[in-house]
Amino acid sequence: MAESGDNGAPHGNGAAADFQNTPGMRLLDQFEGSKLLPNIMHFGRVLRSAGLPVGPGKIIDAVNAVQTVGVASRKDFYWSLHAVFVNRRDQHEIYDQAFHIFWRDPRLLERMLGMLMPEIPGEEQDEPQEPPSRRIMEAMSPKEQEGRQQEEEKEPEVEVEATLTASANELLQKMDFEDMSADEVAQAKAAIARMRLTIDDVPMRRYERSHRIDRVDMRATLRAAMRSGGGLIPLQYRRRRRRTPPLVILCDISGSMGRYTRMLLHFMHAITNDRDRVHTFLFGTRLTNVTRHLRQKDVDVALECCNDMVDDWSGGTRIGESLKDFNRFWSRRVLGQGAVMLLISDGLDRDAGRGLELEMERLHKSCRRLVWLNPLLRFEGFEPKSQGIRAILPHVDEFRPVHNLESLTELVEALNRQLSRRQEGMGEWLKAM
Amino acid sequence: MSEQLPASIDDTLKMLSDGRYVADRSLATALYLALKLGRPLFLEGEAGVGKTEIAKVLSETLGRNLIRLQCYEGLDVSSAVYEWNYSRQMIDIRIAEAAGEEDRDRLEEDVFSDRFLIKRPLLQALELDLNGNAPVLLIDELDRTDEPFEAFLLEILSDFQVTIPETGTVKAEKPPIVIITSNRTREIHDAIKRRCFYYWVDYPDAKRELDILDVKVPDADKDLSRQIVAFVQRLRSMDLFKLPGVAETIDWTNALVQLDKIDLDPETVNDTLGTLLKYQDDIEKVKGSEAANLLEQVKADLAARS
Repeated sequence: MAESGDNGAPHGNGAAADFQNTPGMRLLDQFEGSKLLPNIMHFGRVLRSAGLPVGPGKIIDAVNAVQTVGVASRKDFYWSLHAVFVNRRDQHEIYDQAFHIFWRDPRLLERMLGMLMPEIPGEEQDEPQEPPSRRIMEAMSPKEQEGRQQEEEKEPEVEVEATLTASANELLQKMDFEDMSADEVAQAKAAIARMRLTIDDVPMRRYERSHRIDRVDMRATLRAAMRSGGGLIPLQYRRRRRRTPPLVILCDISGSMGRYTRMLLHFMHAITNDRDRVHTFLFGTRLTNVTRHLRQKDVDVALECCNDMVDDWSGGTRIGESLKDFNRFWSRRVLGQGAVMLLISDGLDRDAGRGLELEMERLHKSCRRLVWLNPLLRFEGFEPKSQGIRAILPHVDEFRPVHNLESLTELVEALNRQLSRRQEGMGEWLKAM
Repeated sequence: MSEQLPASIDDTLKMLSDGRYVADRSLATALYLALKLGRPLFLEGEAGVGKTEIAKVLSETLGRNLIRLQCYEGLDVSSAVYEWNYSRQMIDIRIAEAAGEEDRDRLEEDVFSDRFLIKRPLLQALELDLNGNAPVLLIDELDRTDEPFEAFLLEILSDFQVTIPETGTVKAEKPPIVIITSNRTREIHDAIKRRCFYYWVDYPDAKRELDILDVKVPDADKDLSRQIVAFVQRLRSMDLFKLPGVAETIDWTNALVQLDKIDLDPETVNDTLGTLLKYQDDIEKVKGSEAANLLEQVKADLAARS
């Protein structure tokens, strides 16, 4: 689709000639010398910086589309540009917001001509409806802060900057999510979006072709024999197919989890969209299944949906009750087929661990591997003192910190490692109990 | 000898009760629609509420063959649909070779012919029996298999046909009656559900459960049955991990009949609780004082009613 510029360009002239007599073209004549066509180009650039794949070919297509349809009706104009610029469901939201901001204010439109210049003062905070997503605002006013900083510094040496980013990256890896500035949070989110979780594959009871000598695939063998005329019967082989097990994430969103929650939601979103069979549950005082919402491709839309679904953000925690709900209503539905479970919580429980141990035991017995991620583990000399933590610890297979990018990366690596027996990753913690 | 399909919901109810199956009217409605419109019936519910039984009763009362496909992880085409008889094929190739057969196409056609095809349940279900009736196909516990197999089912469930690459497409002359059951150990894909009528089989209420006991354990004492049903119904309102299903109620009644009981007493309940509850935590919770308590309430209730 994005390559349509290849056909678009050669046909450009001929198409324009054909349109000379269409009503759209006649209408467009009124705009002769107006800024409509450059504006379409600028609109395309806005979309591009908001993350849509818009290249020159698409912009030519868009101009052609507008010439064909005309600009008599705003609705037609909207949908003809939509047809060109949007090619995935999740881009619609961005397009919609960008369109309404870009084509609303004629003065803003004028200003958009200066798109190449670093600053657009048109922030338009008096937006009457819901505020547009930050992505659009950032795309409209490119690099507000950064741009200004750079201007102040007046072209700093590029080499120095490169090394700075490298070490900054290292710092970012180790920085606690809680201490990050807005800018660092954005960078961390981008890093998280690139994370891939490849949990150790488990053999399925299905087979696939193999070239190694393994089991004989009789069906393929017979077909191969027929191909060679039946004189020779060359053996064909097959082997067990491997597949990643289902992953179930239970994440604590209570007040004590603070800022981690939002970063972890980004992490969960990245995982959910990377692989199949991921189920995600959030809990504070009660349990909410957000699996379907996190499947939204666009991370902003997905988190927005989660926000609407959950009404116990940053409240208290009732781990025991939530786990009980999970065990009763969900464990049998999502923990089949050897699921791996991530429990993300600080283990600080309002109910002081009442009934928690029993539920943890059941949970542990219902899944193949249970990993507990705890942001509190970032403190040196963390000791399992709280009742909640003491109730959970004996029933997990692994206990890991989750407070910065590095720990997330380590988690990804740890999950790739095959553990041969349960609680293998728990040695020192069980002793500490 | 085969029966006609029921002509109304009442007929369906009657047919089920002829087959000694006590059903809700809602279930009869779903079943009637599925039969009438030739769509599969998707039954979901806890273990032991009588999902599989419906297919058995249908095949009995309608005089159709029952073809059962028990699903399990890794179920594949060669055990669900068809397989070639490899050893016979090999022998055939050898014989052709010895006879100096040169024509490769003819040999291939010969080797991949019906003679060598071993039909598995799904392919069998597309065939009619001697009386020209389509069978009842029971796809049991679909949730135990994996998504790829579900995807494979789509063709069968919507068009009642199977494509065998070597020979072509086999299409059912008359569509089979398809019953799919699931214990919901995972969610079945919407694409499958869309092609079926869905029915959630719930635990029966006290009256229906008593009817079921009447039919299934006719030699149980009536008072005992009433006590059993009231006791089980109370258990179901408790906070247990696995609630007892109808199958458990029937088992328990059979057990009590075998023990020659005509009246529930706390000791017997404690001794036989294992037929009713299948999780140690649950048994622990109910055993002893809780059971005695429940029993007392049940008896007081029954006494007040009569």
